[in-house]
Amino acid sequence: MSSQHPEQKAEQAADRLPAQREEERAEGAAGRSHGGETQQPIARRGMFGGHTTGDTSGFGGLVVRQSPKMSSPRPYGGPRTSGAEGEFDEVADQLERAYPEFGAAIERVVVDRGELTLVVRREHLLEVARVLRDDPKLRFELCTGVSGVHYPEDAGAELHAVYPLLSMTHNRRIRLEVTCPDADPHIPSIVSVYPTNDWHERETYDFFGLIFDGHPALTRIMMPDDWKGHPQRKDYPLGGIPVEYRGATVPPPDERRSYV
Amino acid sequence: MTTTYDAYGAGEATEGTVFNVTGQDWDDVVQGAREGEDDRLVVNMGPQHPSTHGVLRLILTLDGETVDEARVGIGYLHTGIEKNMEYRTWTQGTTFCTRMDYLAPIFNETAYCLAVEKLLGITDEIPERAEVIRVMMMEINRISSHLVAIGTFGLELGATTVMLNGFLEREYALDIFEMIAGLRMNMAYIRPGGVAQDLPPGAIDKIGDFVKREKYRLGQLRKLLDANPVYVARTKDIAYLDLTACMALGVTGPVLRSTGLPWDLRKSQPYSGYETYDFEVATQDTCDVYGRYLVRMQEMEESLKIIEQCLDRLSSGSAKSGPVMIQDKKIGWPAQLALGPDGMGNSPDHIAHIMGQSMEALIHHFKLVTEGFRVPAGQVYAAVESPRGELGCHAVSDGGTRPYRAHFRDPSFTNLQAIPAASEGAMIADIIAAVASIDPVMGGVDR
Repeated sequence: MSSQHPEQKAEQAADRLPAQREEERAEGAAGRSHGGETQQPIARRGMFGGHTTGDTSGFGGLVVRQSPKMSSPRPYGGPRTSGAEGEFDEVADQLERAYPEFGAAIERVVVDRGELTLVVRREHLLEVARVLRDDPKLRFELCTGVSGVHYPEDAGAELHAVYPLLSMTHNRRIRLEVTCPDADPHIPSIVSVYPTNDWHERETYDFFGLIFDGHPALTRIMMPDDWKGHPQRKDYPLGGIPVEYRGATVPPPDERRSYV
Repeated sequence: MTTTYDAYGAGEATEGTVFNVTGQDWDDVVQGAREGEDDRLVVNMGPQHPSTHGVLRLILTLDGETVDEARVGIGYLHTGIEKNMEYRTWTQGTTFCTRMDYLAPIFNETAYCLAVEKLLGITDEIPERAEVIRVMMMEINRISSHLVAIGTFGLELGATTVMLNGFLEREYALDIFEMIAGLRMNMAYIRPGGVAQDLPPGAIDKIGDFVKREKYRLGQLRKLLDANPVYVARTKDIAYLDLTACMALGVTGPVLRSTGLPWDLRKSQPYSGYETYDFEVATQDTCDVYGRYLVRMQEMEESLKIIEQCLDRLSSGSAKSGPVMIQDKKIGWPAQLALGPDGMGNSPDHIAHIMGQSMEALIHHFKLVTEGFRVPAGQVYAAVESPRGELGCHAVSDGGTRPYRAHFRDPSFTNLQAIPAASEGAMIADIIAAVASIDPVMGGVDR
């Protein structure tokens, strides 16, 4: 890359997606303040997958940084503002005031693409949810479910549960994220705070094997009761398709030729 | 009384007498029920019962005609859409998610595309014409969805006229979809970056005619139902669900607005330029089935207003011409499709361009169509106001060409949880009204 013409470099910089450019800017600022220690690792180069053959498409010079961002510094800003104090700071400050164990409960805070994520330690989830719902200045009345995500490479925190919260009173959205290891897939149920999560937690249990302690009746909801395994986990075996042609089969999707 | 073969193995699990109704045995059932008059009867309504809106299963414990307990069984239409999407490109994802809530395909696509665009950081770069077309398609879809909601509701209460009229008018909306997208349902028309193709000639006039017609026809529907004594008797004060219950159970959409709270994401958290349109949020304060019907009717009338404003912008206003797909060649779907007599197909002009004139266009086409674009890693949540409530999409990217995880918060799924709260203690006939007023679509519930 060093032999590249400056004009070419400028062209490639312009090719980057806005989100990537923003990430790089943020990373540049963070890098300066911490003496370059927080440089995000490069996940891959190039817009597309090919590395082995000569890439004549012009996409080869793009750099894709690894994310998601692990943690964001203050000020958090708001959905449309960054770099200055915004409504995300208000939420964090108010939660800190209303919930004295804030420091112990909140593992990290992530602001990405105009959305605030509070990563909560699982033992504090129920209390944090209760404070977020009941405090008059927070008032997140509505939890729009829970979505499981399986990261097999994230050792010690393979399973994530993501709770989008909505405050109609203040017209804000935030997100709670809870992680737990695959070996101990227990997360406290928040049905006692948000009854709407009854079915959502059953669904996430069904598909990811996350056990929500304290749920009134944690049973499968989509798959048959006697189903083995949890289908949306990344390690769930996918079936191929048997075709009647000399014993040939179509391989499962994750074994097919692809561009990943 | 009890037949010898128990196909569902119910005899092993339950106490008491089991009736398997298999045809020509109604006398036995009646006789048996009469003998056990003091017992409570557990009835499996569905999953194949026509008035349960698809494959919904209600497990009702009856004391006479009163419902003691109502439990909802779902999962009969689970198709693994979320998992499937993880093995297709970001653009192909629209083809899957459009099939979730099959009465509101445009909303599924829009929620998903808004999430993808947020991940890409291109929300502000969507061309204006594409946004106006999106809004217009969504509102036409809202009308067609509400028409089915009201039509099937009428059928379930025993009024064929309502159903025939509702489905007839929906057909005109589907004709518009067919003209614009090539398909009546599951169009995959909204794509990350814009829409699949521009409006064909004549579309504006056709939609204008539709708006004119519906203004009159919705008035007729109101004349048929608004003050119809039978209809009012079956819907007024039925399936009461107040604001507290809605908040606790996460119920959104017309059911929430029938409690008097004017919560509509189009107004409170506008997307796709909804803040620039002039419309009202429909509310009622009766918290009952009749109120939900009135909210749906008024929403359709408001939708017509929005469609008219879209038509103005598309025919003479700021969105009269221009691209309908993002201009970034590394994201924008390159295939300019043409609408032929048998649906969407290749555009000869585009083929000529990539095959004969521009090497770069061919590369873009090839790479984007076969491999797709990469999306920077991260997660977002995007929500739209679908006909049934808040439809949210939680999309996670690991930086690849395919979604790492796509999860949909379907309003039908959440709202169905309110069935026990809305119907326990009521008569069995009111269960039908309660379910219909929530308007669940099982494709969306089970995904």
